Amino acid sequence: MDNRNTKVMNRFDVTSRLIGKLKHEEAVIGGIGNTNFDLWAAGHRPQNFYMLGSMGLAFPIALGVALAQPDRRVFALEGDGSLLMQLGALSTIATLKPKNLIMIVMDNGIYQITGAQPTPAASVADIVAIAAGSGLARSAWAADEEDFERLVEAAMSATAPSLIAVRIDDKPGVGATRRDPVQIRERFMQGLGVREPL
Amino acid sequence: MAVAERQATPAAGDSSWHDIVLQTLKRNEISLVPYVPDRVLTPLIKNLHADPFFTTFATAREEEAVGIVSGAWMGGRRGAVLMQTSGFATLANVLASLAVPYQIPLIMFVSERGTLGEFNYGQSLVCRTMRPVLDSLALEHHTITRLDELEFIADRSIKQAVTTQAPVALILNPLLTGGKVFDK
Repeated sequence: MDNRNTKVMNRFDVTSRLIGKLKHEEAVIGGIGNTNFDLWAAGHRPQNFYMLGSMGLAFPIALGVALAQPDRRVFALEGDGSLLMQLGALSTIATLKPKNLIMIVMDNGIYQITGAQPTPAASVADIVAIAAGSGLARSAWAADEEDFERLVEAAMSATAPSLIAVRIDDKPGVGATRRDPVQIRERFMQGLGVREPL
Repeated sequence: MAVAERQATPAAGDSSWHDIVLQTLKRNEISLVPYVPDRVLTPLIKNLHADPFFTTFATAREEEAVGIVSGAWMGGRRGAVLMQTSGFATLANVLASLAVPYQIPLIMFVSERGTLGEFNYGQSLVCRTMRPVLDSLALEHHTITRLDELEFIADRSIKQAVTTQAPVALILNPLLTGGKVFDK
């Protein structure tokens, strides 16, 4: 655990700060559970995609969007528990090096939504060290909210994929995404300019 | 007519199964092909890497590849996933929580192990789970056994997946590919 000098932040606050920085219709993929609840609560945008299952696939889905639209910045928000399910995806991303992909890990060390059980990594592993060891050189802990915003800005013009890890508290998500997968997908495709509304 | 359409493309008899799959992918503008490798798929994977039309790469898990092509589809780029039977067995959750409810035309090519000369008991058991999983979600799937039917089934199935926004599994049977045989 190399993150003890980082401030414990709040998922909704950090997500809102990210959304406030998006000026170019950047895509945002919200991982399962609280991660996409807070993305929803931060204010729906047509370029947001909300996952309602498939735990651990926020980064792979975002990678697909990034490969399809290399000129658009693509953000993925993922919880630490979700990421643990799909650590191999970090190496895939490191190999492909999509410079337009920015991964944000919300790390509270618990499965908050199921009853706050600690993850197997909680007291022993360091997400940023795992990411760096997977080949993602641009991986960093955000020290505080200001540092998070600085890291996001740096990632916007980076020439390699970036991973930003944020220590967060144990609060649940603020909102609850409307669980309409077809509408979520269709609006997202419209938001990315792939489809016109009917 | 099917016959007329077939005449517009190279005759199946001139090509190997993997040439036909590659050309059918290309014709349908499927350019993103993540895979978890399989011995039988090796010539297809090799040729995909050699062709600059394709972005093809290995993923650590099959569901990761499904996530990637799902994201790419929403971003306007078509993809397909290559895997082996045992890899398909890891997909029930992502099929039921991503591809099906979000109506994503997920195109899967599954190299079928576990039948027609399988030598690994585990492979033969996991193979038996594949069609029940596909059927339980009412997913379109075809088992391709004949070279002369491959292009028709693959081409039509890809077009159907895209136009109906529904996943499809194309199972490449050992009768088509030769399969993997026990070589001590």
